[in-house]
Amino acid sequence: MKEILIEVSNLSRIYHVGDSDIAALNKVGLSISKGEFVSIMGPSGSGKSTFMNLIGCLDTPSSGTYMLEGIDVSCLVRDELAEIRNNKIGFVFQGFNLLSRTTALENVELPLLYSGMPARQRRERALDALRTVGLEDRIDHQPNQLSGGQQQRVTIARAIVNNAPIILADEPTGNLDTKTSAEIMDLFVRLNRDSGITVILVTHENDIAAYGRRLVRFRDGSIISDEATS
Amino acid sequence: MINIPVTIRISLRALRANKMRSALTMLGIVIGVGAVIAMLAIGAGARERVSEEIDSMGSNLLIVFSGSTSSGGARMGAGSEPTITLLDAEAIKRECPAVLDVGPSHSGTAQVVFGNQNWSTIVIGTTPSLLDIREWQIIAGRPMTEQDDRSIAKVCVLGKTVVDNLFGGIDPVGKVVRIKKVPFTVIGVLGSKGQTMMGQDQDDIIYVPISTAQKKLFRPLFAGMIQFMMIKARSMEDLDDGQQQIEELLRQRHRIGQHQQDDFTVKNLTQMMQTAVNIARIMTLLLGAIASISLLVGGIGIMNIMLVSVTERTREIGIRIAVGAKTWDIRLQFIIEAVTLSIIGGGIGIILGQAGSIAVAKLAGLPVIISPLSIAVAFGFSAAVGVFFGFYPAYKASLLNPIDALRYE
Repeated sequence: MKEILIEVSNLSRIYHVGDSDIAALNKVGLSISKGEFVSIMGPSGSGKSTFMNLIGCLDTPSSGTYMLEGIDVSCLVRDELAEIRNNKIGFVFQGFNLLSRTTALENVELPLLYSGMPARQRRERALDALRTVGLEDRIDHQPNQLSGGQQQRVTIARAIVNNAPIILADEPTGNLDTKTSAEIMDLFVRLNRDSGITVILVTHENDIAAYGRRLVRFRDGSIISDEATS
Repeated sequence: MINIPVTIRISLRALRANKMRSALTMLGIVIGVGAVIAMLAIGAGARERVSEEIDSMGSNLLIVFSGSTSSGGARMGAGSEPTITLLDAEAIKRECPAVLDVGPSHSGTAQVVFGNQNWSTIVIGTTPSLLDIREWQIIAGRPMTEQDDRSIAKVCVLGKTVVDNLFGGIDPVGKVVRIKKVPFTVIGVLGSKGQTMMGQDQDDIIYVPISTAQKKLFRPLFAGMIQFMMIKARSMEDLDDGQQQIEELLRQRHRIGQHQQDDFTVKNLTQMMQTAVNIARIMTLLLGAIASISLLVGGIGIMNIMLVSVTERTREIGIRIAVGAKTWDIRLQFIIEAVTLSIIGGGIGIILGQAGSIAVAKLAGLPVIISPLSIAVAFGFSAAVGVFFGFYPAYKASLLNPIDALRYE
């Protein structure tokens, strides 16, 4: 039995729109162990993005609990959540979300800035991360000088630079061609296998989801299936 | 933990990324601070000029003019009717306890000749007291004495402007000048008092004994008549008492009934001067206030641009929050941006304000005083403007919801 990393139970997220309440997520329970590679699929509006936001500590649940490494995250305040995001979770977004007019190296250093690491150590760690994703010769390039695949690698380097145990990837290949997508997915697989990083991946492409070893499907705010894949 | 140096670097980079916009935003503060500095400097200069004038005038002064005449319904100016006399002056000195000294004066304009030079100036006949009352120093020769007055001596004391115009380098003491063709021996030269606020040259003057003036130069309508007298009160506090005592005494002496108008005027010169000081102070405040409004407008400009900047950079803020920036990391970033704008703007404004003040001093001939305090205040104020007007945008930025911010296009 592997160590439990994420454990959610009865997790709900209700949005108030006008007079009516819309449950984007309805009493979801799920547990993810350390080192897993989970793919999450579902049509839009199924609640998978809401779930990812909650897992990523970008949002707080309306009810239910979320235990992350044994800490009840659901009752933390804004700045405490920022700290969790800073050293436990790495984000990879579909739209890359890199700072423009900022070099790859500085983009990767960003999470370390907010954890208060000294400059020299920051640079070393950022260089290491960029080396891991194979961009050591592009450190001084700004996002607009990099290809989509390279930008996504910078994002991944940013996600791993703080040695976060979890990577949350929200449609990381959505803006990439098939060949680049495969390269990025191989990188995730490698990070998962070699560094033991838990990867949680949202996608709506079956072949991308197939990189994971577990597939969770969402529909109408609930989990409809949760199965191990090859 | 908030990393200040890094936050400063981030802020500076953001400002550099939008050079034109940053410069224009700064311009508002530059103008505001510059205006405050210049206005305060000009105001302080004006006040200083008035204070100098008060000092040059002498302190605790009252002035008594003879009354005004009416001729065919048209009232003439003060001093046009010969009503006050040397005897009045003596009585005031004798009977008014608040009065220290009295300087009766009878004056006129006359042509003065020395050698082949001539000059038109004001000749004041007075007693030796007047120079004491006006706290006026003799820099060469000797002052007039009671003896000169009693003996109707044809002696005179010259103001600096007269000396410059008639003598041109020669020592005037002991020389003989002709005033209205009457020869007078120069016994002394007065120190310089400079100009009055109205630009009148106080040094363009000649003093002679009052007896001599009345007998040889400006023959009065009747013996002993004088035009005005300068009176020194014992102290600042005695000015009002003195004025009252003089008025009562003169009404009595001139037999003025209860419902009749005074045939003389007593003015409190020192009070008039104090009023001028107050006016100068109010002017300074007013100018400063108006200038502060432009500083305020500059501050609003900063706030405006910071709000635009926050909106434009919503996505950037979302990224920062997502990777772990805390509330104060974001707030400080934007406050530092605003403060940087206002401090650099303030610094340039201080330089321009000083340059402007000096230019005004040179071109308009106005005195300006740039006080280190006003510079410090302007600088502190501009930094405060940055914090104040930067806070709201920064606060707004720090409260952004990262999910929405990351989706923001």
